[in-house]
Amino acid sequence: MSFDALLAITPWPAISAILLIAVLVAVLYLARHTAHQAIRTASGALSRGLRVASHSIQQAQARLAERNREVLLAAGREAKGRVVEREFMRVGETVRKDLANYPHLHRALSEAISHIERDHQNAVEVPPDPPGWVKAVETVSKIDAKNGANEVLSDIHKSVVKAHKEAMDAYREASTERHELLRAMMPRWRDVQEILTTVDQKVEGLLARLLGIDRHMQEYEAIVKGEDKAVSVLSSSSLVNFFVSAMVLLVAIGGAAINFSLIARPMAEMVGGTSVIGVFKTADIAALVIIMVEISMGLFLMESLRITRLFPVISALPDKMRRRMIWVTFSILLLLASIEAGLAYMREVLLQDELSTTALLRGGEAVVENEFLWITTAAQMGMGFILPFALVFVAIPLETFVHSLRTVLGLIGIALLRACSLILRVLSSGFRHLGTLLERVYDLPLFVPLWLEARWQRMAQESRVAQPTGEDLREVTP
Amino acid sequence: MKRIVILSCALLAACSQSSAPPRNTGVYMLLDTSGTYRDELRKAQDVILYALSRLEPADSFAVARIDTGSFSEKDIIAKATFDERPSTANAQKRAFASKVKDFVSRVNAAEYTDITGGLLQAVEFLNEKGTGRKTILIFSDMEQDLDKGYVRNIDVPFKGFQVIALNVVKLRKDNYDPREYMSRLEAWKEKVEKSGGEWRVVNDLDRLDGVL
Repeated sequence: MSFDALLAITPWPAISAILLIAVLVAVLYLARHTAHQAIRTASGALSRGLRVASHSIQQAQARLAERNREVLLAAGREAKGRVVEREFMRVGETVRKDLANYPHLHRALSEAISHIERDHQNAVEVPPDPPGWVKAVETVSKIDAKNGANEVLSDIHKSVVKAHKEAMDAYREASTERHELLRAMMPRWRDVQEILTTVDQKVEGLLARLLGIDRHMQEYEAIVKGEDKAVSVLSSSSLVNFFVSAMVLLVAIGGAAINFSLIARPMAEMVGGTSVIGVFKTADIAALVIIMVEISMGLFLMESLRITRLFPVISALPDKMRRRMIWVTFSILLLLASIEAGLAYMREVLLQDELSTTALLRGGEAVVENEFLWITTAAQMGMGFILPFALVFVAIPLETFVHSLRTVLGLIGIALLRACSLILRVLSSGFRHLGTLLERVYDLPLFVPLWLEARWQRMAQESRVAQPTGEDLREVTP
Repeated sequence: MKRIVILSCALLAACSQSSAPPRNTGVYMLLDTSGTYRDELRKAQDVILYALSRLEPADSFAVARIDTGSFSEKDIIAKATFDERPSTANAQKRAFASKVKDFVSRVNAAEYTDITGGLLQAVEFLNEKGTGRKTILIFSDMEQDLDKGYVRNIDVPFKGFQVIALNVVKLRKDNYDPREYMSRLEAWKEKVEKSGGEWRVVNDLDRLDGVL
């Protein structure tokens, strides 16, 4: 039934419209309770569903955070363990080196001290003998002068003077000798001082290193205990590692791109310039494969040298096998680098050939021979040889990138889940309020019957209050 | 493991060139050597050099003259399928250019102009090469002049071919009545397109960028 037909139920469209509105309002009023229930149920169901979904995402986020924390702690434990292990190895090496030197040091010190003691004993001043002739002089002085005492005394005086002179000479000689001995002690003192200074420095170095180990051990313990501070430090460290390694990898990709451009053109001479695999030229793929093989060899070399630990199988190999692997990978790298240098040379030759052909086809003169061409050729060859070895070191940032990527992906996942949870919570709340709003909107065209209903209820309430019940009347009646 | 290897090989084979349609280009250029057009051959040489500079390894190129009876291999001045190795292809291009230069310097004027015979020869040559793109360049005024006894009112199978008329100069009579020129070109266009080919006219030789 069209709208015009509805307006034609009475001869007057306006009255028809009023009638229709009245009927509609009446129907809506009668269905109001059911409609409100339906709106409430629908909005409530949506709101609850979204809240449940949000809750479940929150749980997933918590699980992921826990997992990320475990991964972070495990990585931190391993890294810190490696640091502590290396520090212990250094301390062990220092102690071994210094202790190996210790007997020699001890002997040198003992010898120096013995020398000093001996020299010191030799340098002790021997007191002069007590003068024995004093009593003789006293006795002679008591003898009468007539008996020739004067002569005797004179002789004694002479003897005494002579003895004194001899004694003084001997004393001076002995003193000189003692001074010589004392002078000879000086270098030995210096030796002792030097030895002790060296020992002091080594002990100080050892103590400093032990302090470092102590600090590392404290951090290790914090990681093992799973303290929040340790997790926070590890997390920020992981992010820094991620960005730094990503930057270095970008640089390495640039190097690989240059390497690719060096060898892609001459590769066309080897595999043909037109054959394709899929949508890519076979020459390009071949050049890319060579670069990938170089990077793989670099990875294996780094693993064999135990600089990186991406492949546990390689680091677990026996030392003899590992050493063989080092030589094999290095030889392959050397071979590939030499091939690349050759290809880089060929590239220059092809470029010149192409330039001269293009010049001929354009009807111009032949390309002028550049006398400095050898410089670019040599530079290209050098780059072709060096870049494969430079790409070996990609293994280090790659390892860091791979390890930190797990944490970073975890953090991104947590952030995404948190955002989803928040959005779902907001939506849940929004649907709840939307239900209320819809109820109000539903009531909006029913304002007349609702107003009448409210008025009627108020009147009914007032009349109930105004008319007392039978019991009240009985209470009032005596 | 064995299955994985077999599957990988199959995948590679599927991706490889053998199953893919050819992507190379075949170009056959017809040079009108009739008396009215012989002086234009220097321009044709430039076009040939341009084509040589644009063609890549594995492409095919042939240059043939249009004379009294052009449906003949003897009219091919130079032909080459460029090697896949760029250095060899460059050497082939230099040799090709040298041959064309020799021809232009010692060409004699032909008495008649058998364009249809040349086109038939071009179609045959390019079909035999099996190139992915097939282009026929006609360096001529498009005025066919057949000797007695030559039957050329035949349909040439141009399906998959692009036929480009280059430097279609106006003859003296065209200046008197331009309708002749237009009807001549229209007739060729109809002939090519009726057989499933694509027809183009390029008179400005400085703008050959879209030709190859």
